[in-house]
Amino acid sequence: MVSATPAVVSPGLSSGLDLEASFTTVLEGLGMSPGAAHLLWLPLPMLLVLVAAVVGVLVNVWLERKISAAVQQRIGPEYAGALGILQPMADGLKLLFKEDIIPARADGLLFTLGPVLVLVPVILSWLVVPFGQNLLISNVGVGIFLWISLSSIQPIGLLMAGYASNNKYSLLGGLRAAAQSISYEIPLALAVLAVVMMSNSLSTVDIVDQQTGAGILSWNIWRQPVGFVIFWICALAECERLPFDLPEAEEELVAGYQTEYAGMKFALFYLGSYINLVLSALLVSVLYLGGWGFPLPVEWIVGLTGQPIDAPLVQVITATTGIVMTVLKAYLLVFFAILLRWTVPRVRIDQLLDLGWKFLLPVALVNLLVTAGLKLAFPAIFGG
Amino acid sequence: MTIASSTQLICFVALSAAVAIGALGVVLLPNIVYSAFLLGGVFLSVAGLYLLLNASFVAAAQILVYVGAVNVLILFAIMLVNKQENLAAIPGLGLRRVLSGAVCAGLFTLLLRVAFTTPWATPGPTPVGEEATLRIGEHLFSDYLLPFELASVLLLMAMIGAIVLARRDVFSADVATGEPVDQGLIEKSRTPLLLEKTNP
Repeated sequence: MVSATPAVVSPGLSSGLDLEASFTTVLEGLGMSPGAAHLLWLPLPMLLVLVAAVVGVLVNVWLERKISAAVQQRIGPEYAGALGILQPMADGLKLLFKEDIIPARADGLLFTLGPVLVLVPVILSWLVVPFGQNLLISNVGVGIFLWISLSSIQPIGLLMAGYASNNKYSLLGGLRAAAQSISYEIPLALAVLAVVMMSNSLSTVDIVDQQTGAGILSWNIWRQPVGFVIFWICALAECERLPFDLPEAEEELVAGYQTEYAGMKFALFYLGSYINLVLSALLVSVLYLGGWGFPLPVEWIVGLTGQPIDAPLVQVITATTGIVMTVLKAYLLVFFAILLRWTVPRVRIDQLLDLGWKFLLPVALVNLLVTAGLKLAFPAIFGG
Repeated sequence: MTIASSTQLICFVALSAAVAIGALGVVLLPNIVYSAFLLGGVFLSVAGLYLLLNASFVAAAQILVYVGAVNVLILFAIMLVNKQENLAAIPGLGLRRVLSGAVCAGLFTLLLRVAFTTPWATPGPTPVGEEATLRIGEHLFSDYLLPFELASVLLLMAMIGAIVLARRDVFSADVATGEPVDQGLIEKSRTPLLLEKTNP
């Protein structure tokens, strides 16, 4: 991850910016053992990603407030900072200072553990989000599969919260959340599987690499339009965003599994759902929109300037462009999610399950089959 | 001892302790909901042990299948039939506990003996690491094809069975008792939520 200053970038790395190598080289130059240098490096990307995720949530909350205001022809927050940009901070501080209430007949231990179990897998999933060739915490081989399996832990936290609150609305909300997340996990995984089949790898870096070459034309969205739509619908359902926010449907369930929560525990749910939204948007951009790729091939642009691709300055510029492109694509998708939330009504539970099981699942299966067929027929285009 | 190996040792001890204590909790705790949640914890710890063995694909699959599907299903079942009732006292409970404890202890000593007498190849084969996904796929489609397909048939049978059990309304008679089945079977066995309709 990017955390050290660009001054420590060492030239001659063919595969893009590798800050870890540069960092350890500098520390070893100061007379440190390689193990100690690695140990010092380890917490940096983790901390940075944690901070990035939380800042992403703050931006997201601000966007949500401003866009919802625009949709409803209001102004929205405007006194806290310029354009109300400090409003999310105020929200967070308010939640931080609120009394932490555990209902008298609730199960204290599970009540506390529930929100933690919801938040931790989401943050852990940031492990595999790449912002550049080497700009991710860990390029694990199982990459995207890790995210799918981690996101299946979340329902347990929701069930735990719903059960421990000792409240029928909470229990119903928790059960709904778990049912919803299980039903939409399957088409989601099938949509991902089609992409994985094309790139012959589960690693997020390889999936993006397979989409580079011809700029915008090589992005997966052109080869997987159906998969893209399925993935986006399922991602929204997994994040419990409207039109799929049944687990906390205000009119029926008060607030679902969050009903009894207050203060920081509620904030953990809140944080979890927004981090999950940003994460899903980032993964959509990784899987379908070319990840850190610029709409025009970077190699071609660099070739025009006559610089070698591995010159330090060029590397810093391309890495920065990569991060900007990833975040830009993700926030464009977040914008659509927010716009959807304030535009469309909520579906009913039977409609939700019908859509998941009777429509998305068969369509995802057909998409997988067609992708497999196309891969056999046109190995050059669909990744042989 | 390097930092990496000591970290591995600490992780191994912590995970093993979590597995052992969690499994004991699953069996011994009187509250079934705690047992179910602890079972999820045990599955997660086992996934951690797989990670320590460099089998990341197996670890992720373990989480997806056991935690995400099996454990959530168990929790669902518990929460949907969450009746607060005191079960009738079982006669001779003390004796039963002693007997089952003795059986478990015997099994434990047997396993311990096997573990200590077997000549383990201590360094073990080198882990294939990231290649594991490919190797598992190859095995599933070559020498393990038949067990794989049989497992899928088994799952299909279980699914059809579940549908038959859940949708009794498609049958005019109950499968088990042969009595005519009324569609409102499940609702009628409990107190109705709404007042019953009075016929005009």
